[in-house]
Amino acid sequence: MSRLRELLGQAGLAFALLVIVSPAVLFFLWMLSLSVKFEIDNASYPPVFIPEHFNWGNYAAVLSSNRFSTYFMNSLIVTGAATGFALLVGVPAGYGLARMRAHKAAIVILIARITPGLSYLIPLFLLFQWLGLLGTLWPQIIIHLVVTVPIVIWIMIGYFETTPMELEESALIDGANRWQIFRYVALPIARPGIAVAFILAVIFSWNNFVFGIVLAGRETRTLPVAVYNMISFDQLSWGPLAAAALIVTLPVLLLTMFAQRQIVAGLTAGAVKGG
Amino acid sequence: MRGWQRPSYWPFIAPALTVVLAVIIFPWAYTIWMSLHEWKVGSPPTFVGLANYIRLPSDTRFVESIGHTLVYTALSVVLPVALGTFAAVVFHNKFPMRGFLRGLFIMPMMATPVAIALVWTMMFHPQLGILNYLLSLVGLPPQLWVFHPATVIPSLVLVETWQWTPLVMLIVLGGLAAIPTEPYESAQIDGATRWQTFRYISLPLIMPFLFIAGMIRMIDAVKSFDIIFAITQGGPGTASETINLYLYSVAFVYYDVGYASAIVVVFFALIVALAGALLRLRQTTHWNDAGGSA
Repeated sequence: MSRLRELLGQAGLAFALLVIVSPAVLFFLWMLSLSVKFEIDNASYPPVFIPEHFNWGNYAAVLSSNRFSTYFMNSLIVTGAATGFALLVGVPAGYGLARMRAHKAAIVILIARITPGLSYLIPLFLLFQWLGLLGTLWPQIIIHLVVTVPIVIWIMIGYFETTPMELEESALIDGANRWQIFRYVALPIARPGIAVAFILAVIFSWNNFVFGIVLAGRETRTLPVAVYNMISFDQLSWGPLAAAALIVTLPVLLLTMFAQRQIVAGLTAGAVKGG
Repeated sequence: MRGWQRPSYWPFIAPALTVVLAVIIFPWAYTIWMSLHEWKVGSPPTFVGLANYIRLPSDTRFVESIGHTLVYTALSVVLPVALGTFAAVVFHNKFPMRGFLRGLFIMPMMATPVAIALVWTMMFHPQLGILNYLLSLVGLPPQLWVFHPATVIPSLVLVETWQWTPLVMLIVLGGLAAIPTEPYESAQIDGATRWQTFRYISLPLIMPFLFIAGMIRMIDAVKSFDIIFAITQGGPGTASETINLYLYSVAFVYYDVGYASAIVVVFFALIVALAGALLRLRQTTHWNDAGGSA
């Protein structure tokens, strides 16, 4: 009797899981399906799920377009520079704030978290215009710091607060200075925390769209902006559009699957999101 | 000795502080200054005092955008919190491939918003979209989704819910993991049903986490941009134009930066007010809970 109840319980759990996970899985499978079909299949009703003939040409068309590599490099440079710089200034800041127990500093991070991304754009757009930086990648790199720096500081404060102080204290007694303690004692222990901060900063910077539509010119578009601009050109060719969308988001999806443990840890600790 | 040690952490903070001053504090100060000026890009600013703020209540597009934002936000808090809590209860069990399935489940919130917005746009297509096909399978009439003023906001909320339910799930899952096992054991001995266990043990204990999730959801929903901009651009007409979308138009289509700055300030005040209202709500419900269980 209790065996039957247990079995029923497990069947119920499996069913509930199926219901919960399928909207995500089916969506991305449909995205994949759209991206490998010829237009005739994409425009047919009832819809075709697995086509008779695959059209990998959709991907070839996107990848071989002469601008794609430019946009990919732009995304790589903006995300790479904004994340790298955020780690460079954010990790020591997180350490300092955690050791000073400066909890009030978190208010600034909170304000940054609440403020809509667009509101940074107006003053910084004017500033970049005045400095003559529009048309280069600098404005986007700088404004992506609005996303990456708070994420890194927030996660690192949380991480350094939980690392033990004993090692640092004994190093201090041995005559090490603050910088040496940070470099040789605190930093190595904090490596998992840095990984979490890095992954989240990369994802939210890579995904960012609103800064790009205002600041990017024809040559300085990042991938999300480039994909958005494809819509107007290819209103009715869904195949290449879906292929492009999948290419843009694929790095993030792979990172999510491979680093989901870190991502879950970071999101539940800080519950941060950029933009 | 202590007094000497403490300031020595400043060198660690100084670089980040400079960055925060430049990209967060400076824009805020500049925004407030701009909001007191009549200023279109290309012409010099003139001081007008609070004129930009006084203009706001009579701007019907702005007033309507507040309504759209509130409806959009309310739905985008309630639905993900309800569904996310359910998902968290399910994921709180032990089962094979739990990590992998959790990874699949959180993909919507990590994926590039513009990329998924594009696919949703195709799915919403009235003639060729998969959603109307799915409706036809269960015998429902086709919808116009984001192409009709009456259904555009619910349709966008569908995307927002699909995207952000995982974040609520993760937060609530963290809450469930923190509950000690004793109450469950005694409930099991007393023969409580699954629903009773959830309603009377789990739910009160995870309330603080539901509140945090609701707060984060509110902050994100109220300033939602990518999804709305990429799918409808605020349309049809201005039916899905939220404050953020209207702000974009004023700032970067009309280049009326003075007025746009006033919108930013009011928008931020609104978000803080909503957060305050949520906090109050929490205090009153907390009181009710205590009364109910006594």
